[in-house]
Amino acid sequence: MVETQPHVEEDIFCRDLHVQFGEHRALTGISLSVHHGEILGIIGPANSGKTTFLRTLNRLNERERSFRVQGTVLLKGADIFSQIDTATLRKRVGMIFALPIPLPMTIFDNVAYGPRMHGISSRATLEGIVEKSLQQAFLWDEVKDRLNESAFKLSGGQQQRLCIARTLAVGPDVILYDEPCSGLDPISTARVEESMIELKKSYTIILVTNNVKQASRVSDRTAFFLMGELVEIGDTGALFTGPLDRRTEEYISGRFG
Amino acid sequence: MMTLRGLREFCIEKAIFLCGVAAVVFVLLIFTFLMREGFSLFFKIPMTELLAGTHWYPISDPPRFGILPLILGSLVVTVGATVLAVPVGVASALYIAEVAPAGIRDVMKAGIEMLAAIPSVVIGFIGMVTLVPFVKRLFGLPTGLTALSGSIMLGFMAMPTIVSIAEDAIAAVPTEYKQGALALGATRWQMLYRVVLHAASPGILAAVMLGIGRVIGETMAVMMITGNAAVIPESFLAPVRTMTATIAAEMGETVKGSLHYQALFAIGIVLFSITFVVNLVADIFLHKIKR
Repeated sequence: MVETQPHVEEDIFCRDLHVQFGEHRALTGISLSVHHGEILGIIGPANSGKTTFLRTLNRLNERERSFRVQGTVLLKGADIFSQIDTATLRKRVGMIFALPIPLPMTIFDNVAYGPRMHGISSRATLEGIVEKSLQQAFLWDEVKDRLNESAFKLSGGQQQRLCIARTLAVGPDVILYDEPCSGLDPISTARVEESMIELKKSYTIILVTNNVKQASRVSDRTAFFLMGELVEIGDTGALFTGPLDRRTEEYISGRFG
Repeated sequence: MMTLRGLREFCIEKAIFLCGVAAVVFVLLIFTFLMREGFSLFFKIPMTELLAGTHWYPISDPPRFGILPLILGSLVVTVGATVLAVPVGVASALYIAEVAPAGIRDVMKAGIEMLAAIPSVVIGFIGMVTLVPFVKRLFGLPTGLTALSGSIMLGFMAMPTIVSIAEDAIAAVPTEYKQGALALGATRWQMLYRVVLHAASPGILAAVMLGIGRVIGETMAVMMITGNAAVIPESFLAPVRTMTATIAAEMGETVKGSLHYQALFAIGIVLFSITFVVNLVADIFLHKIKR
């Protein structure tokens, strides 16, 4: 299932993407696209290149000096390596990390950090953005009375939703989730998943997860990565009930990985 | 009955204990000695005349022991050195910790540590033959031995302390903060300024305080290049005399136990109190980081 021509409704279009760190080939020949308003789940065992793929999309890998990339990645038709500068790209492609690390500031300042950085200084506008973002991240009701407390006082699950709110506050087109629930309990996980399903109405989401069940619960389509290659991509229902590739079947039925 | 092994353990333990306590004991002894030699002056000369007196004429008749010009001299030189060294030092720490490629980083760190190893008399000497004539010509002054010259050279001496401690603080900022900021679309400078400097600020403040402590206590270089005029400085381009330089210059000429001798110790007490407070503040900030 290789897509070669970009379509207008594709937020992310990726063709023949190769990534290397020094001699180590992290991704080989990835071609896929992500449609507007869908959740694409990416599953695969450790070291399959899932996280590298995400970090290529917002060019965060480029902090590594040995990083080399080949191929094309388009964000709404614009080449992310040549037509968009990194700061703008990362504003439009937000990322949620595996470990929720709030910045060392108050809850309010954490969410207002991005908008402030992009030049918004009016208190009223910032308050509006902060409230809306916290509501979208399902956190507003729990923190509305203590916005001026340090963000470190929140629980792990709350911190992760704060990080989601922080990302929403800069108004991204695409949100990348890098194993967002790996450190969370089932109830916190459920809340994050809930917010994800709500958010896909307005954002395009790519979810990397080690939890196969999570991918089957929330994603519209699912991709299976193995050793830096895209083995299979398809509608979540189809991929989980009738995978085309034997390796996919073995992985989702828990025979390896 | 104690066995041989037990005895050895006992001796080693006590010896280590003595070494550990020695440092604290020395500080206490120095403080006691300072107090014993200088404190009686506070009864002979009113505190206000000592601390607020504007004339330091220790060997005229009657002698006048107003140390305000000396305190102001130290203050002017210290403020000048701080204003010069802090921005440059912090920027340099930021460059070494965050921007410089690995090769340049090692060279720069070694270079800055070398700067710390230069004896202060050499710094004073170099200032005397290069900076002092330059300042004199640049501003058309009768002498280049000014507070400004002293500030510049002391700034150099405070740099290594500021750079190496600030660099440690900046390098200790978790990568997650940096990534988090970058992932929100921060440019490198926005990330450094709003997140890295912010998170490292207690450590940077501690670095600044330790740098200031070094500058206040410095004697040799300031004695050589600040002109040693014990008058209240009117500008950075006037000669000044610091507390440390006064003690160093005059201690050799005094009669032990005389009023002048005691006055120098009184200066020592004032100096000790100032550096104590500065170090205490630095310590508080350093502890704040650990928590």
